[in-house]
Amino acid sequence: MSDAGNQTTTGTGAWTRPLWAGLRSWDAAVLLGLVLVVLVGSAAVDGAGTPRFWRFVILEIIPIGLIALPMTLVIITGEIDLSVASVLGLTCTAFGQMWAWGVDSLPLLILVCLALGAVLGAVNGLFVTGFGLPSLAVTIGTLALYRGLASVVLGNRAVADYPPAWTLGSIRAIPGTTIPWAVLVLAALAIGFGVLLHATPIGRGVYAMGNNADAARFSGIAIRRTKFWIFVVTGVMSALAGVFWTLRFASARADNGTGLELAVVAAVLLGGVSIFGGRGGLVGVVAAVALLATLRNTLQLAYVPANTLTIITGSLLIISVVAPYVAGMIRARLRRHRPVSTTTPSAG
Amino acid sequence: MRAGTRGARVIVAALALLTLAATACSEQSPGGGATPTAGAGTIKEGLKITFLPKQVNNPYFDTSDNKGGKVAVEEVKGVYAQTGPSEASPSAQVSYINTLSQQQVDVIVVSANDKDAICGALQEARQSGAKVVTYDSDTNPTCRDLFINQATAQGIATSQIKLISEAIGADGGEIAILSATANATNQNAWIEMMKTELAKPEHAKLKLVATVYGDDDDQKSFAEAQGLLAKYPNLKGIISPTTVGVAAAARYLSGSTYKGKVQLTGLGTPNQMRAYIKDGTCKAFALWNPADLGYLAAYAGAALASGIITGKEGDTFTAGKLGEYTVGANATVLLGDPFTFNASNIDQFDF
Amino acid sequence: MMSPPPSPSGPPPSTALRAEPDSPARPAAGARVVRRALVVREVGIVAALVLLVAVTATVNPRFLSAQSVKDLLLGSTILAILAVGQTIVVVSRNVDLSVGSVLGLAAFATGSLFVASPDLPIPVVLLAGVGLGAVCGAVNGALIAAARVPALVVTLGTLYVFRGLDYTWATGRQINAADMPPAFLRLGTRTILGLPVLTMFAIVVLVAAGLYLRWYSSGRELYAIGSNPDAAHLAGIPVGRRVFGAFVASGALAGLAGVLYAARFGTLDANAGLGFELNVIAAVVVGGVAIFGGSGSVYGAAIGAVLLVTIGSALPVLGVNPFWQRAAVGVLILAAIGLDRALSARLARRLRGGSGGV
Repeated sequence: MSDAGNQTTTGTGAWTRPLWAGLRSWDAAVLLGLVLVVLVGSAAVDGAGTPRFWRFVILEIIPIGLIALPMTLVIITGEIDLSVASVLGLTCTAFGQMWAWGVDSLPLLILVCLALGAVLGAVNGLFVTGFGLPSLAVTIGTLALYRGLASVVLGNRAVADYPPAWTLGSIRAIPGTTIPWAVLVLAALAIGFGVLLHATPIGRGVYAMGNNADAARFSGIAIRRTKFWIFVVTGVMSALAGVFWTLRFASARADNGTGLELAVVAAVLLGGVSIFGGRGGLVGVVAAVALLATLRNTLQLAYVPANTLTIITGSLLIISVVAPYVAGMIRARLRRHRPVSTTTPSAG
Repeated sequence: MRAGTRGARVIVAALALLTLAATACSEQSPGGGATPTAGAGTIKEGLKITFLPKQVNNPYFDTSDNKGGKVAVEEVKGVYAQTGPSEASPSAQVSYINTLSQQQVDVIVVSANDKDAICGALQEARQSGAKVVTYDSDTNPTCRDLFINQATAQGIATSQIKLISEAIGADGGEIAILSATANATNQNAWIEMMKTELAKPEHAKLKLVATVYGDDDDQKSFAEAQGLLAKYPNLKGIISPTTVGVAAAARYLSGSTYKGKVQLTGLGTPNQMRAYIKDGTCKAFALWNPADLGYLAAYAGAALASGIITGKEGDTFTAGKLGEYTVGANATVLLGDPFTFNASNIDQFDF
Repeated sequence: MMSPPPSPSGPPPSTALRAEPDSPARPAAGARVVRRALVVREVGIVAALVLLVAVTATVNPRFLSAQSVKDLLLGSTILAILAVGQTIVVVSRNVDLSVGSVLGLAAFATGSLFVASPDLPIPVVLLAGVGLGAVCGAVNGALIAAARVPALVVTLGTLYVFRGLDYTWATGRQINAADMPPAFLRLGTRTILGLPVLTMFAIVVLVAAGLYLRWYSSGRELYAIGSNPDAAHLAGIPVGRRVFGAFVASGALAGLAGVLYAARFGTLDANAGLGFELNVIAAVVVGGVAIFGGSGSVYGAAIGAVLLVTIGSALPVLGVNPFWQRAAVGVLILAAIGLDRALSARLARRLRGGSGGV
């Protein structure tokens, strides 16, 4: 590529520049939306914006955020992983069952659960990269398989007698505030994923794979290996979310987290990641996760019934994909009327 | 990337962070609802009483909350609300409990989806000054102030076994139980009592062969009833102590070759079961009035919040038109005995 | 992403380029291979079904009793109808996640209509349900076809929106079997010559859809769109209109399924159809329909639906812990797509280089 320095390494010419610019402004739009919801909500709704409010919002954000981070990578590469909630559920039951058997070392429990998550993610990765099967179908299958295994492990029982030191410890606040300390873990991981995606060759490879798999392959990017490890990481993060879930609710059941995968996918899509792959950023996703949780809690405080919240979530999702199309149409129409710029680089 | 866009993004990000930081790091605002006056005999006015059922789109809770609880709250001149998740999941309930404790309600009347999972949130709510009353399905006793029990597990078990025994006849036979969700506290308590009841000599001819779970889902209960009949050719009776389960099982039996040959009883509502009593699928079933349950729960909560009772054994309070009630062991208030519905009285009721 | 398997309408263009210029026998042989593979696939599922039923029946002969078979057929009817609708959408490389919510809406609408005017003739109610479903499908189709936005996202959104509307409409109310006209409920249990009436609906729908997809050019164009949307567009196929039509069809069938659901179950609340979408997609995948479009048949999808329902009924009879059921479905889905991939890889090899014959 002989383009000038304005191009990113994944750009293939003048066509992608407006698209990239559009992507970044999506992040700004979501952040702006978040700020708006926070400001308007705190002003208009009694109880919103208080420290307790943020405590509850953040407790809700943590599991979704943990899973949304790797899910962003998955979707950018052009795949999808719908089994995340089932991995969470199976991890919860594994945790509970081990505890019931008498394993009482928390580090050991966590380690085993994370390892389990890695294995479950590796199975997904194997089917998708090893056998070349479509990830949508594979992860629908593993969604059922893992959730089924969770039922096999714990059946209809619930394991709930964990030491208060663990359960209360998982939601303990940072001294001097009401914010749960666990959010620091989420923040650190978010920064790590952000650096990985936006500032390393691996991250650029992820975008390349999603944009144009053949070009990526010819550029020497190890597509299958990268995708495999992304699935493994997704499994590990889902397991981590599962551990948090078990301790936060102090209850391990086979149906923990059912339906969470749709909430995670909705947040990632709302965050500007394109389902077709190759576009999107972590900032938008993190902001979208926060936005959805804040909005939901604010509306709940404002006595908006659950049914209306369901409609709002769905509408946001639809708007999130229709709006860029509409914006693109408007931009195209505007460009048609603008004089040709002499600084536009030639197509690569 | 254009510098302008990047700059705008940084500004917006900084704004967002500042807003969050400002609200998060300030002092925690003190919680607190209405402080109960010690020993006062009247219920305070303006109490905020919110019902939080297992799930909002469930007709049973629609009756107990909107036709019972609401009436009671209006009688004591309180502020009534019903809220809750659309699906019967414990984590969704926790979210609503957190909302309620922020809204500083005085009384939370909740039917628990899981015995322990909502405890943490309930404790936080109580620390903020809310009184917690459970109804229909209890939590761990440490995280609630009172439990309004619709009937004793013993009473329900005795009634159910008696009804199925009478329906099947003296020869006895195999029976099965079609329950709701496997974690539901109330269901498990009743099933245990039923097993104890079955162990008695007068029920020696009845044999419990299976317990299946319909998850309080109409279609699943239907399929489970179907499965029972397919698996146990000698099944003579089904007990379904859940309104969703018994209605689904009745509908299946009524349209199948087993109608009249396999007996059915359970806890059902008159409106749902009327057709099946009349066509002979079910001879008799039991229940209480869910509206009464909600009504009593509201009054109990109001009495708690007004300081009339504290939830210890022996406390008494008046529950409007239902009369006087006494708190029993384990901070439990009993509504009464189950009522039997059959062909002779089914037409007198409408709920 | 993996390249889509070859469409059933003939050998892919690449083969035509490599074949000798004047050997008309080649394409015919290729088509025969393709058709045989398809037959193998459907035969495979039927074989699995027959095996399952046979094993279960030997363990417990009551499994094949008239009542039990009637229950199996009735149970799979609704899923089969949904699977047919989903197939029409999936072969065009889309997906419709909102079918459960549409079913719920249509079912509640049916109940409400009867409660409001119990003397309404059943065909009118049927049309109303189908119409409501078609409208919902049109909303999906318009968004997806016009704005060319991904179907997964849009139907995920409408899944929530339609369900929310259903909840708001129903709010805690429940329509009981007692509120519905007995004639309508009898529709749910009546049999003619041993075959449930509801299943006849499903068979009519199945055959109609199968014929349409095979013999009508607009139907075959859906396969082309699924195989290669850009090529289809260049070939002059009105992609937007076809995709719109596919979603209207899926919605209409979901509406029909909702009416039949009301007839079968009688008691309706706001939760009807909740969570159905994953079962439907599972049925479609197990039935051999490629998730990225371009191949598969409605017959396979319908058999997949029957297989899934049969597993649900057979496992308890076989004494298998019912907690294994969901895991069994998961394994089945993975096996099905693995088999499909192996088959299509073999097919592609045959078509690409195999010297003549099958």
